[in-house]
Amino acid sequence: MSLQDTIAVPSAADAVRRAEAGKGYWTRVRERLLADRVTLTVMILLACIVFMVVAAPLFATHDPSASSVFARLKSPGYKGHWLGTDEVGRDLWSRILYGGRLSLLCGVAPVTLAVLIGGSLGLVAGYSGGIVNSLIMRSMDVLYAFPSILLAIAICGMLGSGLGNTILALTVTFIPPVVRIAETVTTQVRSAEFVEAARASGARPISIIRFHILNNVLGPILVYATSLISISIILAAGLSFLGLGVTPPDAEWGLMLNNLRQAIWVNPLVAALPGAMIFITSMCFNLVSDGLRTAMDVRI
Amino acid sequence: MWFFVARRILYAVPILLGVSLVVFVLMKMVPGDAADIMIPPEAPKEVADMIRARFGLDQPMHIQYLRWLQAMASGDLGTSIFTNQPVAQELFSALGNTFKIALPAVFLGFSLGVLLGALAAYYNGTWLDKLFSGVAIAGVSLPHYWVGMVMVAIFAVVLNILPGQGMGPEGFPSSWEHIKHYVLPVITLSLIPMGIISRLVRANVLEIRSMEFVTALQAKGLKGRRVLLHIMKNAAPSALALMGLQFGYLLGGSILVETVFNWPGSGSLLNLAIFRRDIPVLSATILVLATIFVVINIVVDVLQALIDPRIRR
Repeated sequence: MSLQDTIAVPSAADAVRRAEAGKGYWTRVRERLLADRVTLTVMILLACIVFMVVAAPLFATHDPSASSVFARLKSPGYKGHWLGTDEVGRDLWSRILYGGRLSLLCGVAPVTLAVLIGGSLGLVAGYSGGIVNSLIMRSMDVLYAFPSILLAIAICGMLGSGLGNTILALTVTFIPPVVRIAETVTTQVRSAEFVEAARASGARPISIIRFHILNNVLGPILVYATSLISISIILAAGLSFLGLGVTPPDAEWGLMLNNLRQAIWVNPLVAALPGAMIFITSMCFNLVSDGLRTAMDVRI
Repeated sequence: MWFFVARRILYAVPILLGVSLVVFVLMKMVPGDAADIMIPPEAPKEVADMIRARFGLDQPMHIQYLRWLQAMASGDLGTSIFTNQPVAQELFSALGNTFKIALPAVFLGFSLGVLLGALAAYYNGTWLDKLFSGVAIAGVSLPHYWVGMVMVAIFAVVLNILPGQGMGPEGFPSSWEHIKHYVLPVITLSLIPMGIISRLVRANVLEIRSMEFVTALQAKGLKGRRVLLHIMKNAAPSALALMGLQFGYLLGGSILVETVFNWPGSGSLLNLAIFRRDIPVLSATILVLATIFVVINIVVDVLQALIDPRIRR
């Protein structure tokens, strides 16, 4: 019995025909995403939030820092403040819009930096193997030994509060898991046959990483990074909530929550609003991450 | 097995050294040293030099690190520059208070998480699955410090049935009056482990359900629930491991919830140390919490290897 009898081996012409008729990976990912109604709705909602926050001056009804002693902690609907006012009489709607700028920045910036730095480290570690791999991965193990919130608090607590230190602290916190994912996938792909073939045909390491490995690493990293943004928003707001993050008088959701903490005894609804924004935004990022995971068929 | 345990413990030594180095470097990156914090700026330079010499701050960095490491390793966690009391005493009573909420919280989170995850997988694709998965994803997306605030607003301010601040009298809680103080912080802390564990259990159960041995069990005529029991047995090790890790995260990350509820635990101690710029308390607390996390990791690995022999490579 020949091999052809037991296993259906497609002929070369057949394979070419199928490849031409078939679609690329990213085309299929896009199609699957468009068919997923939940993820699509969430993505539109998220786009709306991002747009309103970035274009805050267009949507704000008041100056976010204009305070009034006569309009403190008013409920929604008070004299043109349709979401009410905070503890020094600033318009809550405008502050939530402006505050979202910093909250989103603290969510996206550390993750972007961590993906760039951690992703490169992971690719290098996974591709070179050996001593370089051990060196990078063992130093990541050290950072892994800190529970994530503790590491961010340690860095912010020692170096002092401020936007820059918050982003630095969160970046350092997120680098180890990103490195680990990039390293795992790279190590798996490195010994795959198509990489062997590329190497045998004389491709340089740079172009192997660029054309063969990066494509495989990108999916899992993208899915993970989206869920990291959700964690990053919660943690950054948490740091501000502790007084370790963004400093007053800037508006930021966590800081607003901190300032309104005492107000929970006076006007619970108003005090809870900034937290609800943190929740909605981070939930959106988590749902998008889940949608991407299904669409990209990624398992991490 | 013993070889596995020994190797795992030996492997923790360089990790702990690395952790101590990270804490030391962070400590040295603080603007100003202990002498700057302790004495007024107009004090003569000789006084500052005397204090620096007394604390060994005039020595080169590597000597300072070795001395500090030696002190920490021998259990001398230093003295608070604010209260002048030994750090160890304060830290361990605070840690005890954190344990009292973290332990019940992780058990509550684990039980609910396994239940929700298993049910979601069992009813995969139905509205029940969507509901339970929704609860789980909300659990990981909620800023838990905000949930704490909202619960204080509902149960302490509006309904006035549960206390929203403090942990009541010292000692082990025995009466309902005493346990009352624990209800809100424990529920708040349990949200994250609940969400994370239920997502893992759901994914694991769905994966195991597509394995061949499950088909064999079904072919044998076993009913759905009995099959689920077999599946759960296979999903248990990773869920237990995650529970251990979550316990570590709760110990290190309880600072936010402790701040909301004014709970006198390690998180509050950390918070206080940060705002007093009390560097010895701050560094010792971080070092001890990270060490506990490393130890929990070892225990989890060993337990996992005990349950599942395939892990003992």
